[in-house]
Amino acid sequence: MTVVLFTFYAFAVSTLLGGLMTVISRNPVHSVLWLILSFLSAAGLFVLLGAEFVAMLLMIVYVGAVAVLFLFVVMMLDVDFAELKAEMSKYMPLALLIGVIILMQLALALGVWGFSDGYQGRILAPVGTATNTAALGMLIYDKYLILFQLAGLILLVAMIGAIVLTLRHRVDIKRQSPVAQMMRDPALAMELKDVKPGQGL
Amino acid sequence: MVHFFTQTNLGIVLMILGECLLVLVPLLVALAFLMYADRKIWAAVQMRRGPNVVGVFGLLQSFADFLKYIVKEIVVPAGADKAVFFLAPMISFVLAVIAWAVIPFSAGWQVANINVAILYIFAVSSLEVYGVIMGGWASNSKYPFLGSLRSAAQMISYEVSLGLIIIGVIISTGSMNFGDIVAAQKGNWGLFNWYWLPHFPMVFLFFISALAETNRPPFDLPEAESELVAGYQVEYSSTPFLLFMIGELMAVVLMCALVSLLFLGGWLSPIPGLPDGVLWMVLKMAFAFFIFSMVKAITPRYRYDQLMRLGWKVFLPMSLAWVVLVAFLAKFEVLGGFWARWAMGG
Repeated sequence: MTVVLFTFYAFAVSTLLGGLMTVISRNPVHSVLWLILSFLSAAGLFVLLGAEFVAMLLMIVYVGAVAVLFLFVVMMLDVDFAELKAEMSKYMPLALLIGVIILMQLALALGVWGFSDGYQGRILAPVGTATNTAALGMLIYDKYLILFQLAGLILLVAMIGAIVLTLRHRVDIKRQSPVAQMMRDPALAMELKDVKPGQGL
Repeated sequence: MVHFFTQTNLGIVLMILGECLLVLVPLLVALAFLMYADRKIWAAVQMRRGPNVVGVFGLLQSFADFLKYIVKEIVVPAGADKAVFFLAPMISFVLAVIAWAVIPFSAGWQVANINVAILYIFAVSSLEVYGVIMGGWASNSKYPFLGSLRSAAQMISYEVSLGLIIIGVIISTGSMNFGDIVAAQKGNWGLFNWYWLPHFPMVFLFFISALAETNRPPFDLPEAESELVAGYQVEYSSTPFLLFMIGELMAVVLMCALVSLLFLGGWLSPIPGLPDGVLWMVLKMAFAFFIFSMVKAITPRYRYDQLMRLGWKVFLPMSLAWVVLVAFLAKFEVLGGFWARWAMGG
């Protein structure tokens, strides 16, 4: 067994274990932590494939940002597990039915799925000797520039939409005004008094 | 012999282990003395003596502290989530250590020479927030939880501007490999060829963001002793606490290494003609650490809203604008490729 194969199986097992434990652990915070393990192992698999840029992106975006948000939300929410359990058992038969249907659909689709003739000619040729970061850069910023910019624009619209939906101006809270604080003049804010001994102010 | 270490599986594994130890052991020993230096500098600024009892001039103080930490009893709060409680300090420590795998100390002196080295550092440092959140949550107590929330928000905020500043350096070099970045700073003018000059305002922004990212004063709100006791570490004692401490300090030293690699020319000699080497790298890191300590000694702590305002409303727009500006300057090779080192032709 080579080192690469051993590493592959280690990452594969921990990806699957992480996914499984995400679903079955009772504590939602533990669930998120297992999910993070799953993400990390997937990043490891990408490194084994030679896609180190995608692996690092997975770590930065999913583990470093998205999962932190999950963790925040799950920690802050006060979830009543007994109630959730009761709800779950109520919907169990329906969920099982849907699960079985999806499984059968997948089996049908994958059962008849195959490569068309001459598919090998249509696979993109590797981009010269460039590292995969540079190759991705060339594809995204040269070849598919318009698509990339459009995707960025859609995300920008989504972001502005989210901000507009959640922005509220509350009048009943105290606000700090940094400019006013920085412009404060000691001469106006303080007053020095000459206190005589034994008299006080 | 050479065949065994470069061709067989066992040999390669032994080789990598040896390399890791070669980085880790000097690093941990250096950490002990850096902690001592930190306290001594702080004391000197306040006209105190600092640690001066254990060993000559108190040089062995950190080792005495280390011994004290590991022989003390580990106390676990009754309502704590035991597994996560102990996982948190381990994660902080391990993440702080594995980042060093890609840091070169001299040309080729690194454990892993990968093309996405900067992204790797960035990924690892974005994971470091987990040690903090998990520690705060697992303690099942209010102060650590509040501390960890503050800390997490702060680390995420400043990572954004750190990343953008690094992108400027990447644009100037055209590579994310530390070897290439340092090589791009080599030139006939010694220290004036380094990136601190073309990226002048960003050096300070990077340094300040690094202070916030590593929870150092004046941004040490997670640990704000006067309000939150000690932030997410309140319930920790003995070895787990030591692991948190080492992890934090190691992140600080990592930031020193990053400052010297990205802006101060890494192992390049500041004076043209003198040989480059590991000594310059160590000196630059020590210099960066000295500045870190001085900042700790002479600045008052920020208020939390000021910290967030600085991160999102000042640093983020500035570094974003700088990326656009550098992209422009690099594309049109202004000043003969001052911002585009690949255009300088060597």
